[in-house]
Amino acid sequence: MKDPLIIGNKKFLSRFILGSGKFSLDMTAKVMEASGAEIATIAIRRANQDGEGNILDYIPENLILLPNTSGARNADEAVRLGRLARELGCGDFIKVEVIKDSKYLLPDNYETIKATKLLYDEGFIPMVYMMPDLNVAKDLEKSGAEAVMPLAAPIGSNKGLLTKDFIKILVNEINVPIIVDAGIGSPSQACEAMEIGVDAIMANTAIATANDIVQMAKAFKLAIEAGRYAYIAGLGRILNFKAQASSPLTGFLD
Amino acid sequence: MEFINSDIMDKVHDELKNFNPNDYNKRDVENTLSKESLDINDFAVLLSLAAEDFIEEMAYKSKIETSKHFGNSISLFTPLYISNHCENSCTYCGFNLQNKIKRGSLSFEEIENELKAISKTGLQDILLLTGESKLTSLDYIGEAIKLASGYFNLVGLEIYPVDVDDYKYLHLCGADYVCTYQETYNKKQYKKFHLNGPKSNYEYRFNSQERAIKGGMRKVAFGSLLGLGDFRSDAFATGLHGHYIQRKYPQSEISFSFLRLRPFIHQNFEYGMDVSEKQLLQIILAQRLFMPFTDITVSTRENSKFRNGVVGIGVNRISAGVSVGVGGHEGNLKGDEQFDIQDGRSVKEIKNFLYKKGLQPVFNNHVYL
Repeated sequence: MKDPLIIGNKKFLSRFILGSGKFSLDMTAKVMEASGAEIATIAIRRANQDGEGNILDYIPENLILLPNTSGARNADEAVRLGRLARELGCGDFIKVEVIKDSKYLLPDNYETIKATKLLYDEGFIPMVYMMPDLNVAKDLEKSGAEAVMPLAAPIGSNKGLLTKDFIKILVNEINVPIIVDAGIGSPSQACEAMEIGVDAIMANTAIATANDIVQMAKAFKLAIEAGRYAYIAGLGRILNFKAQASSPLTGFLD
Repeated sequence: MEFINSDIMDKVHDELKNFNPNDYNKRDVENTLSKESLDINDFAVLLSLAAEDFIEEMAYKSKIETSKHFGNSISLFTPLYISNHCENSCTYCGFNLQNKIKRGSLSFEEIENELKAISKTGLQDILLLTGESKLTSLDYIGEAIKLASGYFNLVGLEIYPVDVDDYKYLHLCGADYVCTYQETYNKKQYKKFHLNGPKSNYEYRFNSQERAIKGGMRKVAFGSLLGLGDFRSDAFATGLHGHYIQRKYPQSEISFSFLRLRPFIHQNFEYGMDVSEKQLLQIILAQRLFMPFTDITVSTRENSKFRNGVVGIGVNRISAGVSVGVGGHEGNLKGDEQFDIQDGRSVKEIKNFLYKKGLQPVFNNHVYL
C-alpha cells in the first residue's frame, strides 16, 4: 500500500515517530530499527557536543532528526533553541514545544503560536506540540505549522486518547498532518488514534517503561499500521439504534 | 537585606503548626498509597510514623513515578568549593567562624585549574560553593561563574542568600540554578544553631528561592539538614516550601535535597538526634510521590550502598568525583573540608555503577537560556 505521510514536502512511509530521551542510549539504534520509524525526536537540551552521552551520536544516520525545543518557557527561548539545533546540524525540522509549567508540562498554546510563526519565518519546518483546540490549530496552520501534534493525555501518563473528541474535530477541520503526541500508553491506544484518522503517532514513555523496549517498539509499529489500514478501509457501521415505532415516524411521507 | 512581600513563609508555618507525625494510622497510609495524585495531607501521611511500615510499597510506587518522569536518566554533577571563609556561626558546620580550620579562597587561576581538571571527567554540570564572607564578594562569585561557563554547560550556585538584583547579575554571568537550604524550619532550633552572622536571619534565607526566581534563575533547590529539629516536620516543611513556590511560579524547576548531619573537623559535641537510613529513605520517597516531577539529589554525606540503592527509585540526580574541601581536584586542598564525606567515588566509578544498574548517566540536561 503506497500511502505516504507528507510533512514539509518530505515523504515518509512510517507513521510512527519515536522519542529518545527515556531509555539507555546504547539501545537507541535497536529500538529505532524495531519501530520502523523514519523520524526520531531528540531534546536539544540533551545534546552534549563533543562530550559524553551526546544523544546526537546515537541516532542512526538514516533517520530524520526532529529536535524539540523542550526547556523553552516562551516563544523567544524556543527560537533560540531552534537556532541551536540548526547549529548542531539537525536540519530544518523542529518540534515546537513551549511549556511554562514544570508540574504538568502542558503546552502553552499562546506562546506556541508565536514561536511557530517566528521559527517558520526563519525557514524551519515546524511540527507543533499543542493542546487540542480547533482555534489554536487553525492559527498554527496560518503561522506556518507543517504538522500539529495534539496531546492525547498528560505526558508520561500512558492514559490513552482522553482528548479523542477534540482530536476528531482537528481531523475533520485541519489540513496539515495531525500527529498524536503524549499520553499514548499502549499499542491498542495508538491503533485507536489511527483508526479515527490521525496521520501519525509519537510516543516515548510507553516504550521506554516497557519490560522489553525493543519488542514494544515493534508492537507499536504493527498497531499503528493496523490502525492506518482500518482507517483507509473505512470502519464498518456499528448500529446502535433501531427503528422501533410500530407506525413509522416517517409514515407521513407515504 | 531586601524585603520581598511574600506569603509563602506564613503558609508553610501555618501547615507546619497542624502537622503531627503521630496523628496517622495504617488506614490513612493505605488510602494515600491508592491515590493517583497526592495533596498536602497525603504528603503528611507518607511522612508519618505509621508510613514507616510501608517503605517497600512506597519504594515500588516511587520507582514507577521516577521512571515515568525521567525514564532511566540520572543526571550527574559535582560541587566545587571555591572558598571556606565564613562569618557565620552555624554550630553543625565545619566552616563556622569559631572553628580553627585551614581557610582559603581560590584565586581565579586556581579556579580555572580546578575547572579544567573537573571538565576532563566529562561532567557538564557544576555547582559552585562558598561560605559567607566579604572575601567572597558578588564580583568574585560572578567572575568564577564566567570562568565556569567556559568549561561547563550548566553552572549552579550554593552561596549565601543575596538580593533580587544580585541574583539577576549572577544569572547574567551564567548561573542557571540556586540551592539554598533552610537547614531547619523550626524557628526556635534555627536560632539555637545559627548564633551569629547574616545567616541568623531566618526570613531572609527563607525567601531566597523566590528572590532567585525573580532574578531569572531557572531552577531553585530546597533542603534541610535532618536532625536539627524534628526531622519529619522539617521534611514536611521543605516539601511545602517547594510546593508553594512551584504553585506561585509554575515555570520554575524545583529540586530537593535531604541531608543528614555528618561529623566535621574539631567537632566537640554529639548531635543526639539521629535519623536512620530507613527514615531518610522514607522522606525521599514521600517527596517523590508528593511532587513526582522535581529533581531529588542525594549527597555524599550518604555511603555508596545507600546512594546506589536510592538512585532510580526516588533520586534522579547524583554528585560524583566529590571534594568538599577548597579546591582539591587539581593539586592540594587550599582549605579544609566542610564535612566528612562517605562516598568518594570518581565520576568514572559512578558512571560504571549506573550502567551496570541499567541507568543512563546524563551529563547535559539543559541549555542556559
